[in-house]
Formats: sequence, structure tokens, C-alpha cells
Amino acid sequence: MTDFDRESMLEMFIFEMSQLVDQLESTIVQSESEYNMDQINEIFRIMHTIKGSSAMMMFDNIAGVSHSIEDLFYYLREEQPQNVDFKTLSDHVLSGADFVKGELSKIQGGQKADGDGTDLAKTIEIFLKQIKGIAPVDDTPTESPTTVSGEPTPEMPVSVEPINQAQATGGLTRYKAKIHFDEGCEMENIRAYTLVHNLQDIAADITHIPEDVIDEETIPLIRKDGFILEFTSAKDYDFLYDHLASTVYLRELKLEREGAIATEPTESTANAPVVEDIAAPVQETPIVATPAAVGNSAQGQPLTAQEAAAQEIQKSKSSAQSSMISVNVNKLDTLLNLMGELVISEAMVTQNSELEGLQLDSFHKETRHLQGIISNLQQTVMSMRMVPLSATFFRMHRIVRDMCRQLDKDVQLDIVGEETEVDKTIIEHIGDPIMHIIRNSIDHGVESPSERRNVGKPTKARVLLEAKNAGGDVLIIIKDDGRGINTEKVFKKAKENGLVNRPDNEYTEKEIQQFIFLPGFSTNDQVTAFSGRGVGMDVVNSNLEIVNGTALVDSVPGEGTTFTLKIPLTLSIIDGMSVLVANSQYTIPIAHIIKSFKAQPESLFMDPNGNEMITERGEIFNIVRLHEYFNIEGAKTDICDGTLIMLEDGDQVVCLLVDDLIGQRQAVVKPMPKYFRKVHGLSGCTLLGNGDISLIIDVAGFFDK
Amino acid sequence: MAEVKDLFEENETDDTMKDQYLTFTIDEEEYGIKIAYVKEIINMCAITKVPEMPNYVEGIINLRGELIGVLDVRKRFGKPFKEHDTDTCIIVVVYNEYILGFVVDAVQETTIIPEAQIAPPPSAKLNFSNQFIRNIGKVGDDVTLLLDIEKFLLQE
Repeated sequence: MTDFDRESMLEMFIFEMSQLVDQLESTIVQSESEYNMDQINEIFRIMHTIKGSSAMMMFDNIAGVSHSIEDLFYYLREEQPQNVDFKTLSDHVLSGADFVKGELSKIQGGQKADGDGTDLAKTIEIFLKQIKGIAPVDDTPTESPTTVSGEPTPEMPVSVEPINQAQATGGLTRYKAKIHFDEGCEMENIRAYTLVHNLQDIAADITHIPEDVIDEETIPLIRKDGFILEFTSAKDYDFLYDHLASTVYLRELKLEREGAIATEPTESTANAPVVEDIAAPVQETPIVATPAAVGNSAQGQPLTAQEAAAQEIQKSKSSAQSSMISVNVNKLDTLLNLMGELVISEAMVTQNSELEGLQLDSFHKETRHLQGIISNLQQTVMSMRMVPLSATFFRMHRIVRDMCRQLDKDVQLDIVGEETEVDKTIIEHIGDPIMHIIRNSIDHGVESPSERRNVGKPTKARVLLEAKNAGGDVLIIIKDDGRGINTEKVFKKAKENGLVNRPDNEYTEKEIQQFIFLPGFSTNDQVTAFSGRGVGMDVVNSNLEIVNGTALVDSVPGEGTTFTLKIPLTLSIIDGMSVLVANSQYTIPIAHIIKSFKAQPESLFMDPNGNEMITERGEIFNIVRLHEYFNIEGAKTDICDGTLIMLEDGDQVVCLLVDDLIGQRQAVVKPMPKYFRKVHGLSGCTLLGNGDISLIIDVAGFFDK
Repeated sequence: MAEVKDLFEENETDDTMKDQYLTFTIDEEEYGIKIAYVKEIINMCAITKVPEMPNYVEGIINLRGELIGVLDVRKRFGKPFKEHDTDTCIIVVVYNEYILGFVVDAVQETTIIPEAQIAPPPSAKLNFSNQFIRNIGKVGDDVTLLLDIEKFLLQE
């Protein structure tokens, strides 16, 4: 029972965590160069939640890392220092996010989350110190602290205690403290660590025994000998005593004055004297800030406008969240399946053969009502499964950022139409293809800044990621302004791999470009960290095949490459036209049908190769006979007897010959049984009202063959 | 050989199913299939043809809302066509991720063939259908050819 509880909690935990991490990443990447207050608040909240949840689930390593980031942002939020290197900050937070992600995937895979986050936490810790101006800042140690001390004053309420002011200038004193924690309070080392951490705001040059408190092995030592702290502070004895005494689970506290240090700190500490000198007054601000933040209203301090606004936002956000619930996808799948059954059984009842020929006015009126309700219900169920592409799209910012840094390229990713919604199952399969294409675009397509300058392009390359609706499909367009595809190279490679089976001059540019989607195809001579193994584009194709999507590439040398992914809006229920061939029914997705018509004998003709064609309203179209295509016996063979259906897929049009039209219906798409290999021209099957099976025609398949 | 042994171990956790076989006939010969693989037996029903499939793939059927692929055992063995009659039925088999129907001439019975009475097939593979037979079981004077489902389904 408890196991089960934990299991479901774990599932929830992983779900929430991954959402938060995604949110975190997109926030960071959006605001890489400059963080505004909202974003700092947002990241702080996210880290806070991650810390809380992971501590609750006893993933201490995640909690540790998120705690250090939380601290960092807490400081940023409260102090709004101006000397922050946002690039490094982003790096730290992103590596934190990566750490959390790594641990999550371990947990998800049933492994122990055993990653060690202490190093990372320490790095972040040090970074925080740097910002605070406590630790030496590598490059410009003198400059930054001055800016810090100058800045916060106008922001902060002017309530700096005069005593502190006086003391700060008065001189520094060395203190020694010995601390014992309550027995059985556990995690002594962490408590000690927190203690040191809290002290950092008001003291400098802290040393302690044992030294490495992060290490759990120090716990027994602290239990036995207590935790010994030495530090230098400008505060008076009482203040420090009170400060230390406020530590939770404190059993015993001894604080001794070691001796006053001259105003001019001359001893050879690790810190540069310059920094320390200025550091003292700087350290005051946190003292005011800390209690202010803990009990904002209690202390009666007026909120700054920004803080008030941030709280407002937080409130409105939490109220928006409460109107959302997360549901297990399996439940939605079940609901959808039931919906499918309902649609089928509705047809079984309303089109029951026993009703034929009966005068049933009222019955038909009621069934129409029923159908209305069912189709509303169906739309609602479908809409519940629809998810905007934004999460998938925004994740790409991170990839672009990482690649740019490693490859030394300058790329701006523009996202358009991310609000476009597609079915949940489809979303799962298009993240990877988009990622691979973007990687390819940046790695192969986009030139280096110097190369771009030479050819007269702006040094900042642009990659456009766009989604839009088109009929029953969603188009995802990935467009770069790089060098384009080298068709010669591709064709040469295709020949080497034995993929060319027609005379060379019969291949159009476009056809050659499509070669890049074949498995193992890479024109890159060198395998890089990002591409060159010839796997990426194959992943694109195989993933798209699962969701019945297609990929097209169009490239202009020197101007860029455009990838267009075409994916169906939903996999589950389509509007279909039932057609009859011999005695079997087939279903054609309505979105692909332009019109249907009867052929006139005089409009038919044939080319020398025996391909049948028809002229319709001045245009010429190919004719495909469905019965020949699928080898169906007993169908109408005279084109004029049957019905022609004009089908389109993209810019291609074909006329399909069938025996008769039966009518429009909602088709619940079921995949072909697993044992069957993929059939060209079929995308699945559906059940008819009478329990018979109708195969669903994949219009795009006709054009591939 | 190790692989064959593994297949033997599979699905035998349930003791009641151990050594049990469902027997069916094609022409005069009797074949056996491990009962653990058998889901149910249904009467012959309308089968929807699917284009571009090997000749022994009959098509798909709708089994209470679930779509199931159907294979013709007779055609798979390369035996001549025979009209379906009232004895013809479909054995629904579950093997790994596949659920498939096998069209057979007639279903006989479930029988217990202890391991001791199972002999390897003759080494000479003269008959085409031999390649789908893993072993031969003997109960009294009757001989049952035991089907190798994996080969039957997956061998090209």
C-alpha cells in the first residue's frame, strides 16, 4: 500500500519536476543577457518548489543543488546587485537544471538518484559570494564591490541601524564560537553548513572545524566535539550571540571574543585586503534585508513597488493554476477509446438495418439530437488531448544556445505560432525531429560569423521555427538563412551509397534534396558532437512515420534551407469519406478531397507509357485506379462507370477511381495490427457501424510511390 | 540450441498449462500448439483483405472491437486451397506483442504431451512445412507435429 502511494507520488513528482525544469530553462534562455525582476522571482519560485518537493521525496542531492540556486536568487531578488555576470549565472542555473534532469531520469528509470550535487552546489555558493563581494572576484576585484555598496542603498528602505554603521567603521573583531546541536536533531552537518552560510552575511574570513561539513562523515564529529567556528565581524558581541542563538535545534552556544583587529586589516588572510575593507560596510545590507524578508509585514516595513507587484503576479498565477488539473494520459486514452466505441455504437443503432423502411419521424429527430451531443462530446474529448507546441518549441532555445556556444556561431531563434495545438501523442513524437533538424541547420547550414560577413550576410544568423494549421494538418516549418544544401555533394554521396537508380539528369534539385532523409546519409566528412553520423534525419523520418507525418526539404544555395514537417492534427478520429470498391469500403480523409465527379469519355486519354489521364476544367491530372493499386478483384473497370475523387496532398493532385461514394462519416482511426508491415497508401483502419472493417487511405502514400 | 531451450521455458510459469497442447488438423495431419499461446477459438468470419501482404496473410478481423491480423496456416504450409466449411475456424494466438488469428481446417482437442514423449523432428527437411515444426509429440499411436510459433510467424 505504502509502496503504491509512493509510486503514484513519485510519478506526480517526476511530472511536476520536469515541468518546472522546462519552465526554468525557457525562462533562463529567454532572459540570458539580462534578468528582470519578474524572471528572478520566477526562477526563485521554481527553485523553491523544486527544493521543497525533492526534500519531501528525500532526494537530498536535488534539494541541495536547488537550495543553493534558490539562495542565489534570493539574494538577487532582495539586493538587486548590479555587478552580476548574467552569462555565468545562466550557466550555473542551467547546469543545475541539467543535474535535476539527470537525476529525474534516473528516478524515472527506477534507479537511485545517486548523483553528487555538492560540487555544483559549492560552485554556485562561491558564485554567490562573488556577487556579494565576499570572495575575491577573479577579474576586477576592486570594481565590483564598490558598485554593490553603492547600488542597494536607493532600493533599500533607509533603516540601516546607526550602531552598525558606527561599528562597521569602528573595527573588526575576531570571534570564536563553539556550538552543540540538540541530540537526535539529525543532519548536523547540514545545520552547521546553514549556520556558516547565514553567517556569511555578517562575517568574513570564516573558518570552522570540521572543515568539510557537506561530507556526511563529519556528523559524528560534530555530535561529539561540537562545531567550532572562527570568524571576523564588525558586529558587536551581543548581536552575534543573538544571531547564533537563533539557530534551530541549538543546545549549547559558546561565543568568545578572540581579540580586536586593527581598523587596517593587515593579517595575511586569503582575501585581498582591498576587498575585505570594502566588504565590511557592504555586509550590512543583508542584515536589514534578512529580517525584512522573513517577516515583511510583521516588521512594518513598506514593500517596495516592485515587491508588491511581484506578489501580485504570484497571486494571480497561483489562482490561474488552481483552475487546472493534471490528468494521467492513460485516463485520457481510455476516455478517447470509449469515445470511439460510442461513435461506432451510435452508428450501429441509428443506421440499424432493422429500421430500414420504417416511418420513424420522432426517432430520427431524437437521433439527430443524440448525434449532436455525441459530436460535441467528441470535440471536447479531443480538445482535452490537444497541447500547444510552445513547450516543445521553447525547449529549442536551449539547444540553439548550447550549440552556438560550442560552435562559436551566432544564431537567433525566432518562434512563431507556438500556440498551435496538436494531439498529445503527436507532440511526443515531434520533439526529436525538430531538434535534429535545428541541430542540422546550425551545424551544417549556418556559417560562422566571419564567413557570413564575407558573403555579405548579417553576422547573426536567424533560424525560424514556425507552426501553423493547414486543413487537417499542422505544418511545422524550420527555416535557416545559412548556406543551403550542397546538392552536388548530396548527389555524389547518394551515388556512392547506391541510391541512384535512374539516369542522373532525371533527378530534380528537389528530389536530390530529399535524399538527406535516408538512414545513414551524411555528407559531413567528420563526425562532430552534434551531427555527422547520418542518424538525425533518419530519426526525423521514422518518428514522423509513426504519426503519419511527412517531411519536405527545400533549399536555395547561399540563401538557406527550409524544412517543412507536415503532421496530422490528431491521430484518433478523422472526418472521412467512405467509398466502395468491389465489396469493400475504404475511408479517405476529407481534408484531402477537393471534389468528386463522373468522368466523360472524351476527357480521358493515355500517354505512351499507358498512364491514364483526364482533363478537368482545362487542367490535366493523373488517374490512379484504386482497385489496380490494391489488387482488388470485381471492381468497376470502366472509368466512366465509377466515380473519380480528386485528392490533393500539398501541391500535388491526383484523381482516384473508386466504384461509388457512400458518404461522410466520423472514423475512429485504429492502427493496423502489429504483425503487418507498413502498407503504402494505407494509414490504418476503422470500424464501420455494422462491425465491418474499412481501411483508411493514406493520400500522401499515392504520391510517394 | 540454448535459444530453443529458452523458448521452452517461456510461459511455463503456470504449472497447469505445462505440457498442454491444443491440436488442430490440416488435411489428415495433426498439429499441436502450446496452450499458453492460445487465447481463444472463434468461428470463421468475414475477413477484410489487406493489400500488399504475403499470400498467407488473409487480412484483418474485428474481434469485439479489437483488430486482429489473420494468417492461413494451410497457405503458410504451402498446401493446396480447400473451401472453408463448418469445421474451419480461427485460433486466436498471443505471441509476444502480436495477437493473430490462425485459420485451420478443424480444431481437435487439448491434450497433454509430457516432455518425455517429445522427439526432435527428422533431420532431413524434405517437406516445406517441416521448417515450422519444432518437435514431434507421440501420444499412444498418434503423432502430433508441434508448431514452432516464432518461425511460423517471423521467418520470411
